[in-house]
Amino acid sequence: MLCQDCGKKEATVHLTQIVNNEKVTLDLCDECAEKRGFHSPLQGASFPLAEFLASIMDKELLKKSKNHAGQRCPRCGIAFSDFGKAGRLGCGNCYKVFRDELRELLRKIHGSDLHRGKIPPAYGDVMKPIREEKRLEEELQKAIEAENFEMAAQIRDKIKGLSRDKG
Amino acid sequence: MFEDMAKRSASWLSGQGKSPEIVLSSRVRLARNITTFPFPPVADTDTREKVLSYVESAIDKTGHLKEGTFCTSGELTDLDMSFLMERHLISPEFLKGQSSRGLFVGKNESVSIMVNEEDHLRIQAIRSGLDIRSSWQMANKTDDQLTHSLEFDYDPSFGYLTSCPTNVGTGMRASVLVHLPGLVLTREIQKVIGRISKVGLTVRGFYGEGTDVLGNLFQISNQATLGRSEEDIIGDLERVTQQIIEYEQNSRTTLYKDAKEQIEDKIWRSLGILTHARVLTSSEVMNLLSALRLGIGMKTLARPPLGLINELLLLSQPAHLQKFYGREMNSNERDSVRAELIRSKLNE
Repeated sequence: MLCQDCGKKEATVHLTQIVNNEKVTLDLCDECAEKRGFHSPLQGASFPLAEFLASIMDKELLKKSKNHAGQRCPRCGIAFSDFGKAGRLGCGNCYKVFRDELRELLRKIHGSDLHRGKIPPAYGDVMKPIREEKRLEEELQKAIEAENFEMAAQIRDKIKGLSRDKG
Repeated sequence: MFEDMAKRSASWLSGQGKSPEIVLSSRVRLARNITTFPFPPVADTDTREKVLSYVESAIDKTGHLKEGTFCTSGELTDLDMSFLMERHLISPEFLKGQSSRGLFVGKNESVSIMVNEEDHLRIQAIRSGLDIRSSWQMANKTDDQLTHSLEFDYDPSFGYLTSCPTNVGTGMRASVLVHLPGLVLTREIQKVIGRISKVGLTVRGFYGEGTDVLGNLFQISNQATLGRSEEDIIGDLERVTQQIIEYEQNSRTTLYKDAKEQIEDKIWRSLGILTHARVLTSSEVMNLLSALRLGIGMKTLARPPLGLINELLLLSQPAHLQKFYGREMNSNERDSVRAELIRSKLNE
């Protein structure tokens, strides 16, 4: 088997990673493996993201991004097609500009598009009720899907209670 | 630079903590970006320099990080870089082209911060043995303290924003480095890997020539960073690691029941080679040390102590050898110096 990076030398390093139940393998020659930092587990190599993103950025998502082909993030100048190629966004503002596309991608990568972890100290008090509301809305949706209407009614009351607190 | 560091083992390789014969280390890494600046891969040199100086002064103001070293990529030679990579202080990404990267290493190397890698900050905390929670606490405390001086990119629904969307949300990658010779020898490892990947964790093994995993070492980490809290992610990883420890112990028991003589022979031969060989490559050493570690875990061997096995695993890496002896060496020279160093350390 030939190295998949240089296509010239025999592949001697074989790396396997399971991502979302899909096996992704890399077959490299010694030299290319070293270039990528896959020499040993003590060197803490990171798995190539381009391959990973390509495997989840399906055609539909790319087609959608074509609708915004001309759109660039005003802060850093990155277009969504650049992101498709490099797998990296340009700045925090990109998450606002390409919000819809990213929301879908995040759901595919993480199985969720809502942060439930740490809130930076300065955000804490402002964000708590908003997050609680979003969480309850998700629960409400689940309850409705499960046709558990009694629970749905209870959750709806809680959401109403929250917005009263805000007012 | 770093010749002194090469002479002492990193505290995360001390062989202490919980289940150290199977779990070498527990690590937590947090990705953070300073708001309004473009992410490092697209930022120009001026911006990167600015980020570097902001982070350096923020670290200065941080109480528990006072004792430590800060260096920039411009001060580092290629050998320095390889050395830091072997020591888990920088990533392969850090080595790639761009200037104005920085590295802070705290006292005893438990906490370190990469600046301008893929994200502005990568905060890392690492502990010996199975202790993901302490690593999280250390990384979290560092993050809290830096927040006094720096404002990080954060979105109420997406969480912490990162250069690559695979890190968004908590920005946290928690991982354990585990040694699984029993599961490899009994050929149960593929089954276990399959099971782990079904619960949202990623397993990484490193294959050298043939089908043997180099040193029987695997890294298990969380895959998703968004949608669950840090505590939940860590809880999962901890639970699964406990299960793997159990599987590994069971397969070791099976091995000793079915093929005690062969396994013990393999262990004693490995000790024989390590204490007498004149030429050793680094991958050969990794596999021999793996057998020694199994021998200690199964009480076939009473020594060397785990801490020394870990130390040798690190010291026998190419850049460490050169830093230890304070000179550059080609690979033939390294192979004989490596054998010499291992002989003397094991016969001490």
